[in-house]
Amino acid sequence: MAEQVVHVPDPTDFAADAHIERPHQGGPPMMVVEDLARFFDVSRPWLQRTLAREPRRILRAVDGIAFDIPKGTTLSLVGESGCGKSTVARLVVGLYPPTRGRVLFDGQDLAKARSDSTQRRRMQMIFQDPYASLNPRWRVRDIIAEPIRAFGLIQGAAAQRDRVAQLLTQVGLSPLDGEKFPHEFSGGQRQRISIARALSSNPEFLVCDEPTSALDVSVQAQILNLMKTLQRDLGLTYLFISHNLSVVRQISDRIGVMYLGRIAELAPAETLFVTPRHPYTRALMEAIPDLDMTGRQRIPVGGEVPSPISPPPGCAFHPRCPLANDRCRAEVPKLVPARATPGAIVACHAVEEGRDAG
Amino acid sequence: MAAPLLEVRDLRVEFPTRRGTLTALDGVSFSIAPGEVLGVVGESGAGKSMTGAAIIGLLEPPGRIAAGQILLNGRRIDNLPYEQMRHVRGREIGAIFQDPLTTLNPLYRVGDQLVETMLTHLDITQAEARKRAVGWLELVGIPAAAQRVDSYPHEFSGGMRQRVVIALALCAEPKLIVADEPTTALDVSIQAQVIALLKRLAREQGTAMMLVTHDMGVIAETADRVAVMYAGRIAEIGPVREVVKHPKHPYSVGLMASIPPLDRRVERLAQIEGAMPRLSAIPRGCAFNPRCPHVFARCREERPDLLETGPTRAACWLYDPASEKHVPAEGLHHG
Repeated sequence: MAEQVVHVPDPTDFAADAHIERPHQGGPPMMVVEDLARFFDVSRPWLQRTLAREPRRILRAVDGIAFDIPKGTTLSLVGESGCGKSTVARLVVGLYPPTRGRVLFDGQDLAKARSDSTQRRRMQMIFQDPYASLNPRWRVRDIIAEPIRAFGLIQGAAAQRDRVAQLLTQVGLSPLDGEKFPHEFSGGQRQRISIARALSSNPEFLVCDEPTSALDVSVQAQILNLMKTLQRDLGLTYLFISHNLSVVRQISDRIGVMYLGRIAELAPAETLFVTPRHPYTRALMEAIPDLDMTGRQRIPVGGEVPSPISPPPGCAFHPRCPLANDRCRAEVPKLVPARATPGAIVACHAVEEGRDAG
Repeated sequence: MAAPLLEVRDLRVEFPTRRGTLTALDGVSFSIAPGEVLGVVGESGAGKSMTGAAIIGLLEPPGRIAAGQILLNGRRIDNLPYEQMRHVRGREIGAIFQDPLTTLNPLYRVGDQLVETMLTHLDITQAEARKRAVGWLELVGIPAAAQRVDSYPHEFSGGMRQRVVIALALCAEPKLIVADEPTTALDVSIQAQVIALLKRLAREQGTAMMLVTHDMGVIAETADRVAVMYAGRIAEIGPVREVVKHPKHPYSVGLMASIPPLDRRVERLAQIEGAMPRLSAIPRGCAFNPRCPHVFARCREERPDLLETGPTRAACWLYDPASEKHVPAEGLHHG
């Protein structure tokens, strides 16, 4: 397996830049993503398109991103709607095939890993909407036992029942809840059921796509605490997708900020919050309403996220960026280590040139 | 303090069902002064949207106001016939809902929707209404308003659409706006723009606002006072700074503590054990008693009304000197 991990560093490769961070983290990577891209063809049907003489319309949902996630740690991807974060979640578990680039799961190519059920059971996903992701006609015990049966992990009805009871207890529900149907539970309890189902195949890697966004804040606290406890007890690796920066701060080891299909900034969690470098990261933090009511006059970032079908040339953030100049309007910035912020990599000409100081 | 613009007295909303009557709101009382922003927070199902719907007369049947009064400028509006209420809604009370796509009619140009609203409620000419429509779009920050006035709702992005909805709610110059989760469907950078806009309008136009949201951050930035709702009742009401910084009701204490802080990482977030009861199973006494860390005998028997706690009022027996258990002098701590 070791020889598959070896990859030739290429100075122009984003992934090579991402490796700069590795000494900060412990274990070998659970997941390595290299130059990953996914485009969607959103053209109108052929005949209409031909009659109207339109070109094809390609939506670049994810356009060349790279990161790795060391075992036992959490990488979060944050960004606003349409930035491509959920597409990344689906790409790394193989729900979409990539248009370009590749994903290595524990050193193995993802397509190969997915074809092998002993590998496939090692990754699971938790979805945003606990109302849509549980089959309403199945009892909770059957929902949770499905991966156990599908992967043939435990033989015998009694042993399976014991395992389901253990999983329910682990996520803070009662073993008796297995007899109920999903509609008998609140949103937070349903999300616990989703987590129990994900854990039932003994996974090592969980992709969590906005797992608390549909929940009330007091319930969100319960689920975040549960996820942290499970990570500590089971040594799980998380890819956590969220739009909520304060949630992400509580759970992440490292954070990638996405904008329009690319990573704008990737840094250890504390570094990102203490010294945000990319102008977009700063704008995002600035935009969050704060509970301290300092009365500070905030300058909200103007404009909106442009369409990923016709992204602006150069840096995609330049139409909203206070630091944009001619270079930003023409040339796409690469992710490079930020000056004076060890551990952070930033895709910004202004940061690279030192124009962001002051 | 000025005479209240809106006064809600002992409001009770019931839903008759086959299995008996559910009480969705019970004894809700509050008032809003002209130019004041009252935030209403709480978990889903706590009754915050229901309160807004009752005020604008749009309770979903079979829900109905079973008791209490709603007064606007001293005049009862909870018992008005439908046609009269239709005139109050729009002219005197503007409404902003969460989803800007379903609020706007997709078949009409946004300008025409604004003009229609103004012609219904104001005594002005078509030409004047059209001129004002452009003015309102400019005021809410839509670029090139003179051209965009002839666009259809689908031609706007989510944030721009919500601005149009705000313009629509404001164009008949109501004295009160009921805004139900106006920024929840928006991204954080757009949310900040919309909050700034609402604040500016409340200040410049002197419009009073009832802002319903589950986002404490939005409340902290926008509201003057805040009401915390739990299981169909107001648990605590008071100045926003007091409720956020020094909550008195054990539920508000837990709610504030469970908000993940942006400025630091905590190993374990404070959490309130359990979940809010369903309407069909609200416990006897204080509705929060099964989850309350300070519960004592009286809480399980009697339902508390709002009691003075100093700057805020909280529905909690800890603040009644006649109770066998008092609030400790240093205040409540979570956990």
